[in-house]
Parts: sequence; C-alpha cells; structure tokens
Amino acid sequence: MKLRKVTAATATVFALALTATACGGDDGGDNNSSSGGGGDKIKIGIKYDQPGLGLKTPDGSFTGFDVDVATYVAKELGYKPDQIEWVETKSADRENALARGDVKFIAATYSITDERKEKVDFAGPYLLAHQDLLVKKGSGISEATDLNDKKLCSVTGSTSAQNVKKDFAPDAQLREYGTYSECIAGLQSGSVDALTTDDSILAGFASQEQYKGKFELAGLKLSNENYGVGVKKGDTETVNKINDALEKMVSDKSWEKAVEANFGPAEYKNEPAPQIGNIVK
Amino acid sequence: MFDFISDYDDPTLLGAFWMTVKLTVFSGVGSLIWGTLLAAMRVSPVPLMRWFGTVYVNIVRNIPLTVIIVFTSLGLADIFGVTMGAPDDFALQGFRLAVLGLIAYTAAFVCEALRSGINTVPVGQAEAARALGLNFTQVLSLIVLPQAFRSVIGPLANVLIALTKNTTVAATIGVAEAALLMKEMIENEAQTLLIGAVFAFGFVVLTLPTGLFLNWLSKRLAVKR
Amino acid sequence: MTSVLYDAPGPRAKRRNVILSVVFVAVLALVLWWVYKTMDDKGQLEWSLWKPFTQSEAWTTYLLPGLADTLKAAALAMVIALPLGAVLGIARMSDHRWVRGPAAVVVEFFRAIPVLLLMLFANEFFARSTDVSSADRPLYAVVTGLVLYNASVLAEVVRAGILSLPKGQSEAAQAIGLRKSQVMGSILLPQAVTVMLPAIVSQLVVIVKDTALGGVMLGFTELLNSRGTLAANYANVVQSFIVVAIIYIVLNFLLTSFASWLEGRLRRSKRSTGAVLGVDDVDELNAGEVGGTFATGAEK
Repeated sequence: MKLRKVTAATATVFALALTATACGGDDGGDNNSSSGGGGDKIKIGIKYDQPGLGLKTPDGSFTGFDVDVATYVAKELGYKPDQIEWVETKSADRENALARGDVKFIAATYSITDERKEKVDFAGPYLLAHQDLLVKKGSGISEATDLNDKKLCSVTGSTSAQNVKKDFAPDAQLREYGTYSECIAGLQSGSVDALTTDDSILAGFASQEQYKGKFELAGLKLSNENYGVGVKKGDTETVNKINDALEKMVSDKSWEKAVEANFGPAEYKNEPAPQIGNIVK
Repeated sequence: MFDFISDYDDPTLLGAFWMTVKLTVFSGVGSLIWGTLLAAMRVSPVPLMRWFGTVYVNIVRNIPLTVIIVFTSLGLADIFGVTMGAPDDFALQGFRLAVLGLIAYTAAFVCEALRSGINTVPVGQAEAARALGLNFTQVLSLIVLPQAFRSVIGPLANVLIALTKNTTVAATIGVAEAALLMKEMIENEAQTLLIGAVFAFGFVVLTLPTGLFLNWLSKRLAVKR
Repeated sequence: MTSVLYDAPGPRAKRRNVILSVVFVAVLALVLWWVYKTMDDKGQLEWSLWKPFTQSEAWTTYLLPGLADTLKAAALAMVIALPLGAVLGIARMSDHRWVRGPAAVVVEFFRAIPVLLLMLFANEFFARSTDVSSADRPLYAVVTGLVLYNASVLAEVVRAGILSLPKGQSEAAQAIGLRKSQVMGSILLPQAVTVMLPAIVSQLVVIVKDTALGGVMLGFTELLNSRGTLAANYANVVQSFIVVAIIYIVLNFLLTSFASWLEGRLRRSKRSTGAVLGVDDVDELNAGEVGGTFATGAEK
C-alpha cells in the first residue's frame, strides 16, 4: 500500500518536473528558431551586469562600450547585429569558455596579463583603463597617500582588491562584496568611503541615470589595465581580423563616439585609443 | 604546476583554510545551541513559542544563504548599524557578521534534523516520563532529546559538512577564507579548473574525516531498539 | 492543545501564555517599527527604488526567466536525486561488501566537495565528453552537481531513518517470509521516509536554493544571477535582494506545503503499517491543531 503511494507521489513530482522542463524547452526552441532565420550566428562573450561596458537592459537589449566594440568587430567579421548571440561570461569562466569554443571571442573588461596570455590569445588592446576610486561628490580624496586611513570597497578576489591589500593601501579597511552594485550601496549608505576598480567600470556606474551627479572619479591612475579581446589560443587569423577591425574602429571615429556615449556623463578623462599590440605595463 | 600556490602569503593556502575551520567551529557550536532551542520551541507547550519556531524555520530555511550573508553586511551593519562591536575593523566585523548569518541559517537545519530525531523516540518513553511526574522541560531534556540526538547524528553530520562548505559564502562579504583565496587565484592565474581541484581537495580533507568520525559515532551511540 | 510531551495547560499556564503572547507581540511591533523607521531614514523606502518591481519589464526580462531556470534545474535535480539517494542509502546498508563499499565511497566523496566546484567540473566534463550544446550545458552541469551532492546527503538521511526503526519491524517481516528486497521496499523504506520527512523536505529546499550556485561561475541565468543584472540596471541592490528573498520564501513554502499535503496522504494509510511511532495516538491528541509537533512534523 505504502509503496504504491510513494510511487504515485514520485510520479506526480516527475510530472511536475516534466512540465517545468517542457516550458523551459519552449524558451530554448524560440531562441533557436530565431537564430535559424538570419544565417550563421556568432557567439560573443560579454558581462551582463556592468553599466557602461556590458549591461542587459530592461528591454532585453545590450548596451555598453564592450558591446559597441564587439558589435563593430562582428560587423567587420561579416556578421550583422541580429546575427550576434550574446553570452554571459563570468570572470572565472572566461578562459575555459574560449578553450571550449563556447564563444568566438570575449569582450568583457578582460585585462591582458601574462598568465592569461598563456591560456588565450588577445587582440587589441582596445582600451587603456586605470584603477581609480569612485567617491561621493566633494569628498576631497585625490591622492593615493590618503588611502590608508580610508574604508574602501571592491569586488571579492578582483585584481583591484588585491592591489589595495598588497600595494596601495595595506592598512586601509577593505570590504569585498560579490558585485560592484553592492559596493555602490555601501558607498551611498556611507559605510565605505570609496569604491575602487578600473576607472572605465566606475565611469559606467557614475554615468547611470540614478547616480548622475552623486559620485565622481578621484582621477588616480593606480594601475594600467589593457582591455583586450580574448580569442581561443592559436586562432591567429581571428586575432588579426579583430585587430584590423579595432584599427578601423579608431580611424573612422566610431571608437571615440562609443567612449563618449557610454562614459560621457561621468566626465571620464579617457586615455587616447591604444595602439594595437602596445600593452602599457 | 602548483608553483603558484607559494606566491600567496596573505593569507597562505593553509591560513585561508584555517579561517574556514574557525568559521565552521564558531558557527557550528552556535547553531547547535540555537537550533536545539528552536526545536524545543517547536514542541513546547507555549503556543507562541511554537508559532515563533515554525515561522523562523520556514522563513530562514527558505532564503538562499548568499542572500542572508549579504544582508548581515548590507542590511544589518550598513542600514541598521549592527556592527558587532567592530565598526572600524572590516575584517573582524565581516567575520562576526558571517558567523551570525551562518548560525541563523544553519540553526534552522539543526532544528529540523532534531525534530526528525524526536519523531524516532517511541511515544512510550515520553508517556512513561510524564507518568513519573516530570514536567515538559525535564521530559525533553532528560528523556526525549538525549535519544533524539543519538538517532540523528547522521543528519547532523550532513548539516555540519554542509556548514563547512557553506562557510565559502562568507567570501561574498569579504571574509578571507578559502573561497576568497580561490577567487584571487583564479583571477590571477587563469587556471580555473586546476585551482578548483586544489580547493576541492582541501574541502575533502576537511570534511571527509568529519563524516567518517560522525558515522562511526552514530553507530556507537545508536539507540538499540 | 496538547501533545505527549506535556499536560494540558491549566488556568495558570493559560494566563501565563496570554501574558507572554501580549509581551511578545508588543516587542515585535516595536522592532518592526524600528526597522521601518531606520529604513526610511536611510532612504531605502524611496518609491523610485521599488518602482521597477511594479513594471512588467523587470519581471519579463530578469526575474521570470531566472525563476524558470531555477525551477527547471531544481525539479530535474529533485526527480533524479530522490530515487538515487534512496538507492545509495540502501546500498550502503547492503549485506554485500562489494555493494556497501562503493556506495559508501560515493556518498562520502560527493558530499565532501563544494557543490559549486562539482558544477564547474561537470561543466568541463560535458564539454569534453558529450556534444551537449553550449547553451544547454550550464543546466546539465548545475543539475549534475546538485544531484551528486544531494543524492549523497539524502542517502545518509534515508539510512539514518531506516536505522532508527525498531528491529522488530524487519524481524517480523522476515518471520512472515518476505524476501530482503520486500523487507526493504514494503516495510522499512516507507517508514523511514515518513520518519525522516522533515529532513528530506529540508534537503529539497536546499536543492532549490543551491541552483543559485550555477550563476556564480557558469553564467547559468537563475533567479539570483538575474537579480544581479536587474540591480545593475535599476541601482536598487537592497530592494532587489528583498524581493528575490520573498520569491524564494514563497517558492519553498509552496514546496514544503506540497510535501506536508503529501505526507498527510501517506499517513492516512498508517494503520496498515502499524503505528511504530505511535503517530496515530499523537494525531488523535493533536486533533490537527498543532500540526504534528511530536509526530512527523507537518509544515504549518
């Protein structure tokens, strides 16, 4: 008797699960059918949660400097915007996603470093960013020497957080959160004095509607971050094509326009477009 | 292949796992106490306590731990000013908040495991105890709970092992334990899988002996019926 | 209003209960007011921060797709992990060393590794050894990680449940000539599952919540991951956490309610299996009022 009931219950759960997966399957089907319509697709890895660089907006489209660069590069590679399939690549998964061929290339605040160059190839750089501070307007922080008695915030385990601990301000109080949004909340509530990471990311946040006029960049150049386009190791052909595309993007002023459009409101003093292959240490 | 590990000295790999152990021990003791109290509330004669215990378990158990831990920092500390006696020391504050969050969360599971244990105690035990004139507290603490604990050492071992691994969530508010070091290494070394394997091994070393020991203990202490 | 653990409250106890309740409600009201006041002072109650949740876009772009992925992964993981857990738990108590040994190794090993890392390895495994498309792979990896871990935990729960049953149960079953599989399937397992139901339900809730680990490294767009994207757009971190927490609470509450309804149905046939735990007696005493405080706890 008992067993039969257990079996019946299991069957119910099973049915529920199937319904759930069936619904999900429909979503997947929609994606595929829309992808079939436009010929070949190109998969590009970006961030979904970084205003100004890579952001999934409420209407389901994507904006940001990384997105603009990727769209331009894709166009040069022969793909129209509607042939692009955006994929969210988390920082920890970037090298593996390229190695597995999940995405053709990655434009996701991906700094070129020696360790990463062993695993993937980089085109670019396409932007030279620096670690900087985002502070409340009028806070008066403008020197790196001020930092040791400050409360800082950055993302758990990020390069910026490690730089603070090891180099710039070993004595500063550093809080590490999972995402930048949480740090901004801390900055707003006054529990931290500054959010520190790449100035491009900071400018992206400061340009957001909700934050306009509330925060400013301190203008410190604490490090050099050369954003590159990550490509599968050994795919020199794609690297060369992307490099050509990036050069063209600079020469036809699209690069400048993209910077202005995405970081403009933050009064971000961007570096001039970097030379291809010129990595500033 | 593993050279990079020696590049990290603040904290070292061992130091980071030591922090994991500290988080586990403090939260483990705390949640055992709070969880037992919650279980007692859920079977107590006072309707209010039963209600509180039930509501507590059903709310806290149903929220992802990440949300709870982030809330201790963004909510409790930032908005409500509960800085656990360390408003200007983020490392200490983060540690204490994480322990608080882990206790609040894990206690709900300890409570449910104990309630399962209370179920396994034959009714005759409690009836006999009451026939002797023992009151509720005595029935629970002298007769029912000791037997209940012995029969749920297995599930409690699960809870403890889960807790050990759950301490990794403390990294989301910046406690310098194993998961935080893992994130730093992944960021620097671009070898996610290798680093993942190193830390998986670390957790196996931590939790496997715990599991085996408690398994042995549960056999030794099992109530023979 | 009584249970086997204590006598029915007399007039003094009743009065004490009323006073306690009044004091508690007063304290609770005070705390709630303080929470409201503090949040108001800190500007967390501003309408602009909550407004996005009244608009359809926040739901259709972020929360609902996230919820769908969470449900999908959780449902699949539950359906696979429950039977697998029961099998592993039984296997670990087998009379044969060659069954017992491997089962023990699997259980101890997979519950020792953090689920997040299991998912990471599973993702790589599917990429190298199968031709699952890269769009579906995170789901496969998340479900695999959840199943491996939770089946191991459920195995231990089931085993503890079976061990807690009186020896007389299996002895009597053997005495009437049941085979080993019948003893386990018809006598021990049903009782063990009923006894351990609170712990099993807890574990199912864990599955639902642990789907969130898929969003940390693999970019699985479940609810908590979608929340991050949402908060980056609307700049309302605290509010988005509160809303998502409420969604999880409701979701898991539905799950536990379903489980307790199921349990009620299972227990109706109690007389046939014999009241090992005297659940019947307690039920009569409880008369449905105290949602099984002493008996197998129904979630109320």
